[in-house]
Amino acid sequence: MTTDSTPMIDIDPRDMHHLAQAQMNVELDTGDMILNMGPQHPATHGTLRLVVRLDGERVLAADPIIGYMHRGYEKLTEYRTYPQITTLINRIDWLSSFANEVPFIHGAEKLMDIEAPDRAQYIRTILTELSRIATFILFLGEMPLQVGAITPAFYGFRDREHVLNLIESATGGRFHPNFNRIGGLKDDLPWGWTGECRRVLDICAKSCDDFERLIVGNEIFQARTRGVGIITPEAGLAYGVSGSNIRASGVDWDLRRDGPDYLSYKDIDFKVWTHPDGDSFSRYWVRLQETRESIKMVRQLLDKLPSGPVMAKVPRIIKVPEGEIWVETENPLGQMGYYIYSKGSTGPFRTKIRSASFSNVSICPWLLQGIYVPDVVTVLASLYFILGDIDR
Amino acid sequence: MPNLIEDVKKAFGNDVIEIEENYDDVVVRLTKAGYEKAPAILKEQLGFDFLSFIAGVDWMPMPVEAEEGSGDTSQPAQPQEMTFGVTGSASRFQVFSHVQSTSQHVGLTIKVDVDENDMAVSSWTKDYPGADWHERECWEMYGIDFIGHPEIRHLYLPGEFEGHPLRKDFPLLARVVKPWPGLVDVELMPGEGPQAEESE
Repeated sequence: MTTDSTPMIDIDPRDMHHLAQAQMNVELDTGDMILNMGPQHPATHGTLRLVVRLDGERVLAADPIIGYMHRGYEKLTEYRTYPQITTLINRIDWLSSFANEVPFIHGAEKLMDIEAPDRAQYIRTILTELSRIATFILFLGEMPLQVGAITPAFYGFRDREHVLNLIESATGGRFHPNFNRIGGLKDDLPWGWTGECRRVLDICAKSCDDFERLIVGNEIFQARTRGVGIITPEAGLAYGVSGSNIRASGVDWDLRRDGPDYLSYKDIDFKVWTHPDGDSFSRYWVRLQETRESIKMVRQLLDKLPSGPVMAKVPRIIKVPEGEIWVETENPLGQMGYYIYSKGSTGPFRTKIRSASFSNVSICPWLLQGIYVPDVVTVLASLYFILGDIDR
Repeated sequence: MPNLIEDVKKAFGNDVIEIEENYDDVVVRLTKAGYEKAPAILKEQLGFDFLSFIAGVDWMPMPVEAEEGSGDTSQPAQPQEMTFGVTGSASRFQVFSHVQSTSQHVGLTIKVDVDENDMAVSSWTKDYPGADWHERECWEMYGIDFIGHPEIRHLYLPGEFEGHPLRKDFPLLARVVKPWPGLVDVELMPGEGPQAEESE
């Protein structure tokens, strides 16, 4: 198989939907084939259906069909109070639930003019970075699986488990911690947690080295991913692609460093990794480096962890004053934001949930044009999306 | 931030109805004509290369199902008069979107009023192709049409779905099918209720 990725057939992306409708065009053009990937396909991490129109092995048009997991969270938030909503938003991106909670809680805190104590901010930052490590280590193991390497997937799951156990011991939940409260955290860290955390970080660092040796230098992996699925920075940004995906296209933009101040990122040193290529390989490489960077960040945070309370003084019944606010954070998958409209009640009037995967996947029709069928799987895997994050 | 407000005012001229700074963000409300030419100006002149989202909002207060104090906690009680957000609104519906500049690290929220009798605004898909899915979502959730969108069709909901779920007058079906038990299921505190009295 070749890895030539230049689109041979030039199609206006706007005509794509028409092309995807197989039944109507079938008598006009008998040379093309419609392939239905999913909703149950291993490469789709859930229930993403992809209708691809093929000319031989080449993709003419791809149309992602989403909504199999739509749970209507934006409507549900209008029927819930602020503390209840953290339970919902835990389930948007279930691999890094803790990181999801942070922007929402942060937005409510800003509207209420409450600031969580330093220690709470540090613990939040640590747990956010730990969920990033957990998410990325799974990715580092799972993406080679789509290329045909079975073993790394087991390494990924094995090493992620250490991090999840760590999150569980602090919050009580492996996947859905529901640990943030408006004004701080539910609990302080358990006794001896920081020591255990350092031990796990060493395991993760070793895991990253393993992946580098096993995957990044692997000839087959490089042949399958280099030059495949190239996202140009302009197109990526116009489609709203964010996070590691856009940094792999050479855009030096990380909300932890460039966005409005949140959590304790201003207190620590970290490097924002970019890669100029924008192909599947660079997305893997950037995430690998970011995992290492996160490990370094957590170590710094553990060194600086201040003492003190983890909860600010908040009223017993939480009423958020009238106003609106846009909060955004750098989640493992990209930019996660909430636009909260409050009318002074116990629940928000309207919440717009901006999830990273939604925009990251919306580039698919543009990105998949002209590549080969086996590469569709690797490109989808390299974009790394969570269906809950697309469908909300 | 003050520079950004000046720049936006200069670029859009009379199309700016209101502009305000809001926390770390700037919110601008444009006329419909302004919204139509906004993507080109935002992208080329002001350098906003990243489209974060496009969404709608329905300012109508949510119909109240139960009376105050009846113990119905199925939804947080919202004020019943229609109030509008930071830059105000002239109609029930609004479309708001957020763009960002990845080089200057600033963001801008753009709002446009959508008249109830003319539920359409122009599409941004030409300059920001990522607007495609956001506009489809907004169309099915609020019934706001986007002129110039290549193919507006359902995104999340099945093709035959009727109604616009995120409008405030669209009931949340789960709460209609099974009435919310409200305070009935709240456990009594120790020492409260009839049993405590009996034992005394």
